[in-house]
Amino acid sequence: MEYLSILFDQIYKILFLLVPVLVSVAMVVWLDRRVWAFVQKRQGPNVVGPFGLLQTIADALKYIFKEIIIPSSSNKVIFILAPIVTMTLALIAWAVIPFSATQVLADINVGILYLFAVSSLGVYGIIMGGWASNSKYPFLGAIRSAAQMVSYEVSIGVIIINVLLCVGSLNLNDIVMAQQNLWFVIPLFPMFVIFFISALAETNRPPFDLPEAEAELVAGYQTEYSGMMYAMFWLGEYANILLMCAMGAILFLGGWLSPLEIYPFTLVPGPVWLVLKILLLFLLFALVKAIVPRYRYDQLMKLGWKVFLPLSLIWVVLTASYLFYFNLLPVN
Amino acid sequence: MIAHSIFFYTFSIIAIVSAIMVTASKNTVHSVFFLILDFISISCLFIMIGAEFLGMIMLIVYVGAVAVLFLFVVMMLNVAQQKNQWFSSEASSKHIPVGLIISTLIFVELIIVVGGWKYKPDLFDINNSLELDKVSNTHSLGQVLYTDYIHVFQISGMILLVAMIGAIVLTFRKRAGVKTQSYIKQISRERSDGVSVLNVESNKGVKIDD
Repeated sequence: MEYLSILFDQIYKILFLLVPVLVSVAMVVWLDRRVWAFVQKRQGPNVVGPFGLLQTIADALKYIFKEIIIPSSSNKVIFILAPIVTMTLALIAWAVIPFSATQVLADINVGILYLFAVSSLGVYGIIMGGWASNSKYPFLGAIRSAAQMVSYEVSIGVIIINVLLCVGSLNLNDIVMAQQNLWFVIPLFPMFVIFFISALAETNRPPFDLPEAEAELVAGYQTEYSGMMYAMFWLGEYANILLMCAMGAILFLGGWLSPLEIYPFTLVPGPVWLVLKILLLFLLFALVKAIVPRYRYDQLMKLGWKVFLPLSLIWVVLTASYLFYFNLLPVN
Repeated sequence: MIAHSIFFYTFSIIAIVSAIMVTASKNTVHSVFFLILDFISISCLFIMIGAEFLGMIMLIVYVGAVAVLFLFVVMMLNVAQQKNQWFSSEASSKHIPVGLIISTLIFVELIIVVGGWKYKPDLFDINNSLELDKVSNTHSLGQVLYTDYIHVFQISGMILLVAMIGAIVLTFRKRAGVKTQSYIKQISRERSDGVSVLNVESNKGVKIDD
């Protein structure tokens, strides 16, 4: 009985986290399309519900009732597993995101490593889907995407080291609390820019959406997917984007801290600030999609390995030397 | 305790079964996927004994990077077509004695190490100066790795660097006649380099030399 009560308690907490995340994913898809449309002087989805807010839910319903077509020459088990893996990985990472000092599902010691590990596992959904489809375009898309994600993960890892040097802990709440006086976006501004661009590449967003470049690869790894399975890829992708935004907000924008510790700001609870920061980053993601043309693949690789990696490594040396010289290293 | 042992046995059974499936499955790509499952369950076991840093590093390095490259190679070489039959084909039977010798050696080493650790703990010079309960295991790892074992740590890093440079040198080739893009050339190109205004005499034309 004791176990059962713990179990139900946890399930209740998990649902209380996951349902808002899924709903906000749906809303964020709408926001993305709306921003994209406004930049191009279009209206975007504005018919279903007020301001078209229910458009994504209508789309999701449509996908649910569509037939799922599994190609006869595909590897069926892996073909079905791929969208499930994408969706699951996009959701389990939310377990460690702190919404305030106490509102976190799992306040683990190695929170940032967990986030990094889960985001690096994200490549499997894509590579499994591309390979199991047993078709040329998905396979090419999957190979491209795997190479791209592995490359940009390296620079994200080095950027995380930069932040960790200033914090001295892998716990996400400690990272947030270390920014009480100064958000890391100010001293580490170049790293924030590189993190943002690497996050675009990591989530296969434009201008780095080469895995699904429709002019060359139809739809990349999701070409053969239909119905609910396609919708899962699609929602998983957006959940991943939100996750990267949350990661950026926690690492650089002070997580759930309010911008100023003075009266009107302190009234607003922590989760609201975190959501606002995530939305701000997402708005940037959406704007970038609308205003930047797609990269060429060799340029993308060159940018990752020959520009971002050396730059972030140099910045690690700079940060470490600065902290060491001025005796600011967070040693406890 | 019951929940603990349920999780322990679940993860160990998954680890062992997937390790067997790595060698037993006929499709090479499936083998790699089972290897990934094996890595994941091993890292779960690491987390269960309280070594959460090792578990996460295992996930990041092995599953997030090494296994992706494995998959890459296996998919690109298209070895999925060659069915590797378990203990039956001509080629694999040649490797079996070597494999058996190596695995026996590893097994004996494991027995010696684990047995020694169990029955003669004083043989193992474990640094007890750390108070493991007070600091997280990331801190304690760092304190040992960057003080007592700094040279070993640096040497292993150097070996990896040499291996990396070696791999790049082996695959690097300069092909003649391939046009490559040079940003500096493109940016530093002036109008006068590409365009010239000529006075063309009528009925004579101009000779363009390039």
